[in-house]
Amino acid sequence: MSGSTPASPTVNATTGPAREPKPVSLGMEAWRRFRRHRLALAGAIILGLMALGVVLGPWIWPVPINEIDFTARLQGPSLSHPFGTDDLGQDLLARMIYGGRISLAVGVVAMLIAVIVGVVIGAVSGISRGSIDAALMWVADLFLSLPQLPLLLLVIYLFRDSLKKYIGAEAGIFILIVVVIGIFRWMPVARLVRAQFLSLREKEFVEAARALGASTTRQVVRHILPNALGPVIVAATIDVAAAIIFESTLSFLGLGFPPDIPSWGRLLYDAKDHLDVAMHWALFPGGAIFLTVLSITYLGDGLRDALDPRRVM
Amino acid sequence: MGQYLLRQFLIIIPKVIGISIVLFTVLALAPGDPFEELATNPAVPPEVRANLRAQFGLDDPVAVRYVRWSTAMAKGDWGFSFASRINVDELIMQRLPTTLAVIGSSLVIALVIALVVGIYAATRPYSIFDQIASTFALVGFALPTFFTGIVFILIFSIWLDWLPFVYRADITATGWRWWWEQLRQMIMPVMVLALFQGASWTRYVRSAVLDVIRLDYVTTARSKGLAERTVILKHVVRNALIPVVTIIALQMPTVFGGAIVTEQIFRVPGIGSLLISAILANDTPVIMAVTFVLSILVILCNLFADITYVWLDPRIAYR
Repeated sequence: MSGSTPASPTVNATTGPAREPKPVSLGMEAWRRFRRHRLALAGAIILGLMALGVVLGPWIWPVPINEIDFTARLQGPSLSHPFGTDDLGQDLLARMIYGGRISLAVGVVAMLIAVIVGVVIGAVSGISRGSIDAALMWVADLFLSLPQLPLLLLVIYLFRDSLKKYIGAEAGIFILIVVVIGIFRWMPVARLVRAQFLSLREKEFVEAARALGASTTRQVVRHILPNALGPVIVAATIDVAAAIIFESTLSFLGLGFPPDIPSWGRLLYDAKDHLDVAMHWALFPGGAIFLTVLSITYLGDGLRDALDPRRVM
Repeated sequence: MGQYLLRQFLIIIPKVIGISIVLFTVLALAPGDPFEELATNPAVPPEVRANLRAQFGLDDPVAVRYVRWSTAMAKGDWGFSFASRINVDELIMQRLPTTLAVIGSSLVIALVIALVVGIYAATRPYSIFDQIASTFALVGFALPTFFTGIVFILIFSIWLDWLPFVYRADITATGWRWWWEQLRQMIMPVMVLALFQGASWTRYVRSAVLDVIRLDYVTTARSKGLAERTVILKHVVRNALIPVVTIIALQMPTVFGGAIVTEQIFRVPGIGSLLISAILANDTPVIMAVTFVLSILVILCNLFADITYVWLDPRIAYR
């Protein structure tokens, strides 16, 4: 398992297939390809700024998220409240910063779970032939034809109260949402990894390792997996976007985070009954979700080009 | 051909069983006991409670309970809705036509958008139209349905005041008037879904057509002197559609998820909003039944995709 940490891109591994004549490393080469995709670069910068903003935000804008001020209800953007206020006069910028932390954290953690599960299942399925492979792929097909949102709602409905009792409202809902989204998103990664394994397994360098007496585990972890991770990284970026959308959908349906934890979807849910008087309340969190997802999509596009060395650019 | 279709039909059975197992496992794993209230009620003696548990078979092994539950579902005994006070199957039958109408019409519109825009863009790659279409496709794909829904309400209901934003099941008008009112209130929920799906499918149609259009047999068709229109529609699109059908079938769960959201925004009385209200009312039989029905619908869509393959490429049936 230690070798499947998706945070380390293969492109940095100098131990990969050696290319001595070239003076540039694979990582530099990928970076050069990535830079040429201008929208992807813009996406990466916007995402970086957003992450920085939600992490450092509370120090730059130290306004409590739950300070009720009835004299400033449903106000539009102004100097004292740059993003306006909600129906209780709570500052929306502070709530957006807090919500951004939740949304981005949900996206990243759910993606990690999905990728880890997917890589393990895909690797097991790809390296073992016969009935194990067939059974795992049948399960993946079954999960692909499950309607995810209704099942997510069902799971949350059934487990919400008891988790809340044991771990507390915020952590309980967070863990539940993250695990459930992760469990319903592993299939594309597993299929990708399996497909990569099926072709890499027969390549000469793996055969050489096998001939030198490398165990199956060593073949997988040292030789096959690092070479299979490129498409996985691309799928992982898309998974972050999908998880963010899933979380905001749940919160928007009123079944995600409770009202005292204002994730972006929850802000939209609270705003939708006041559209006629306070549309800034809906437009800011909606715009934030949109911008994040769009940036991630472009970033994924750029990575796809950058991490595929066969592609001529 | 017949054998292929029969095989596709038979594949459904293990899938349905698999889904029912997943659903039942989730339900069985869930903490909480239907007799919790009786357990804490001092007026109910423990023997009565034990008798009740035995009567409902709550102490039986999970496998026995699963068999009992699935046979009841198969017989059409879907339980009783606590919140609505009618049988669950009747409740779902009342709500299902609305959902099917919304989803069906939005799928048709999405498909038309995706095919027209995707093919037109792919036949003129990297032109202005292609670049605009690609940008719009990405933007439409990144806009979640709940946000587009809110923006639509803001523009068309609040600013322009053209369309109603609450779906009404009790329109009093008759004849043409009824159809007109029905159409007006369907436009927004249908378009929200259609634009989202259309945007994501446009990208797939474009890349699938681009993959096929470079192949040799297309050049052959052109050099035979066929009209460009015939080449594109008869030779290119038919083959390009095969991967597109796969993607569309794979995305059906997302479509139904989007339908739940739009039904909730526009208060469409379909099974999606039924699901949400059942969850808020702790109405477990309804929740289980709606989830099951949605799973069946997804499987039926996959079956439809398998049938479409044979129509697109008859060789598939003989593999």
